[in-house]
Amino acid sequence: MELLSGADMIARFLKDEGVEHIYGYPGGAALHIYDALFRQDSVKHILVRHEQAATHAADGYARATGKPGVVLVTSGPGATNAVTGIATAYMDSIPMVVLCGQVMSHLIGEDAFQETDIVGVTRPVVKHSFSIKHPSEIPEVLKKAFYLAATGRPGPVLVDIPKDMTSPTERYEYVYPKKVKIRSYNPVTRGHTGQIKKAVDMMLKARRPVFYTGGGIITGRASEALTDLVQRLGFPITTTLMGIGGFPQGDRCSLGWLGMHGSYEANMAMHHADLIIAIGARFDDRVTNNTSKFCPTAKIVHVDIDPSSISKTVRADVPIVGAAGSVIDEMISLLQDREPASPDALTEWWKTIDDWRAEREGKLYEPSKPGEALKPQEVIEAVYRATRGEAFVTTDVGQHQMFAAQYYKFAKPNRFITSGGLGTMGFGFPAAMGVKLNFPQDDVVCFTGEGSFQMMMQELSTCKQFDVGVKIVNLNNQSLGMVRQWQDLNYKSRHAHSYMESLPDFAKLIEAYGFTAIKVTTFAELEPALERAFADTNELVFLDIYVDPFEHVYPMQVPLGSMRDMLLSKTERT
Amino acid sequence: MRHIISILLENEPGALSRVVGLFSQRNFNIETLNVAPTEDPSLSRLTVTTVGDDRVIEQITKHLNKLIDVVKLVDLTEGNHIERELMLVKVKALGASRDEVKRTADIFRAQIVDVTPSVYTVQITGDAGKLDAFVQAMAPIGILEVARTGVSGIARGDKLLSL
Repeated sequence: MELLSGADMIARFLKDEGVEHIYGYPGGAALHIYDALFRQDSVKHILVRHEQAATHAADGYARATGKPGVVLVTSGPGATNAVTGIATAYMDSIPMVVLCGQVMSHLIGEDAFQETDIVGVTRPVVKHSFSIKHPSEIPEVLKKAFYLAATGRPGPVLVDIPKDMTSPTERYEYVYPKKVKIRSYNPVTRGHTGQIKKAVDMMLKARRPVFYTGGGIITGRASEALTDLVQRLGFPITTTLMGIGGFPQGDRCSLGWLGMHGSYEANMAMHHADLIIAIGARFDDRVTNNTSKFCPTAKIVHVDIDPSSISKTVRADVPIVGAAGSVIDEMISLLQDREPASPDALTEWWKTIDDWRAEREGKLYEPSKPGEALKPQEVIEAVYRATRGEAFVTTDVGQHQMFAAQYYKFAKPNRFITSGGLGTMGFGFPAAMGVKLNFPQDDVVCFTGEGSFQMMMQELSTCKQFDVGVKIVNLNNQSLGMVRQWQDLNYKSRHAHSYMESLPDFAKLIEAYGFTAIKVTTFAELEPALERAFADTNELVFLDIYVDPFEHVYPMQVPLGSMRDMLLSKTERT
Repeated sequence: MRHIISILLENEPGALSRVVGLFSQRNFNIETLNVAPTEDPSLSRLTVTTVGDDRVIEQITKHLNKLIDVVKLVDLTEGNHIERELMLVKVKALGASRDEVKRTADIFRAQIVDVTPSVYTVQITGDAGKLDAFVQAMAPIGILEVARTGVSGIARGDKLLSL
């Protein structure tokens, strides 16, 4: 029998759970835990410079690996600083465990120094939360937290730990719980076979089918199975922003991603489809546009692990509650030896889709001419070439995010890491750190803008301390590009606070931390700068790339319209 | 339409706030709420009445089921059920109206459970409609205070909400 203090139990549990990195920031209520971490060397603690960055770094790690990211913060401001990152993970169903220090239990409720009811504050943005009531329950509660975070529909789980629970003088028996059971929590795995049969029959009869898949394919590790299913059937497929990489974008069946800034052919195909097979996607408002005009001729099969996602915004004709992977496997086995009822209809459907593709071919954006400002799109394409399409890509939020999603073509899952649901500016850089620390051999690129980067740029210091060699590509348009775009379209170009006056000299800023920065203003400078930036995978390089501030992201769905109502450029609309 | 949803909930700190928080967070509506421990000390039974169309009620039950603290739930209005609420009312009982209060209480099979020279405290049980009717009947005499428990309910017959 081993007797450990609560703090030592936490350190020991993290080791036994196989956690390699935790991201955090110390403070009074967490000091016993930090002392326990100091006295061991299995779990490496990454000291960030702001707690929000700790959650984003853990989140980036979780998105790249599929395993829960772990965060440790102190009570009060430490915990409240983490809230944005917890909400980001919640909206995108990312597994995360957040350990929060709390004031001593006898002080709770007395407005003690650095006290916040963090369980209350985070209640709407966590999958579940726990408060430790006795040190002896620490191993079991932590196991439950990891179990809840990673299973079913994943999400962040918060554990509130009053300081006296980790006191070094009180020791209790420690046993690593290999398994836990929660009587009210039994996430489904297999879907209902009758429903899956029904769906397969509809798929074989469909004349204009489209797969519409989301982040559930990535978190459910179902991308191989999905690729097999789609290629067998030869159906077109579009993914959500969160689902990018769930199906190889270079494949002929891929229509790219859909929704507000999705591809023309994807949105057109959705609108004209007679069957939509949605898997691990949630019919988000950035996808459907006006739900009353959404896909008027389509029957909808909706596969999701979370029953509350089904028929939430758009009514499903065939709801299937189950894990993406097992449902797809069952679909594949039901399809053995069966052929589509009308292959000619599918050929005709592809002809229509290819016509849509051809309509926009070569018209997606106008490349810069010599002497003109660079186009953000061509920068993304150049980075794609420089990294052979194999980098981990994180983004911040705004125009650069959409351009990255449109012009960097992903062949694999877990490679495109972006805040889709919450749209958190400041996410990209710390998320890139979390990825890079765990994939030191890979190129990790953060596409960002001056607005987003300045929200988390203090993390340069973390990168210096831990030698984190991410590549930061700042698409510098001297404005908050997406805000400005909306102001151009909806507010007669009144640019209320969307400009960025008094930008720092980024090169000097980066150099102050001892890193390399390269300023790029012309197309001729771009390729050599990228070559220099990617010469050493483990060197942090900041590319400050000046791009055309007047560029807009297109296509852009027209508000309150249907899927096919899009602006295609500043002068064209459907 | 009005629905009565009964929930078996882990008897844990914070569990109730998760249920109540869910309603405000998702813009669902709570008409009444009633909660107390059951014969199993690890479980509370919570009954909530809410109003919404089928789509909204489906979302409410799905989201409630998703809460880790919710062990089991039933929408009682989907089948035959018994619905009860208890109300305590303080009514002015002076002069001629003193007899009137007693007579009306008898008609509703209510009981006078506390008496002062000027006030009767009346206890009444029934479904929400009966309690509303009693309040209406007493209003002209002069209601001083009302305390209602909110609806509790149980399915008729062999159907059980238990583990």
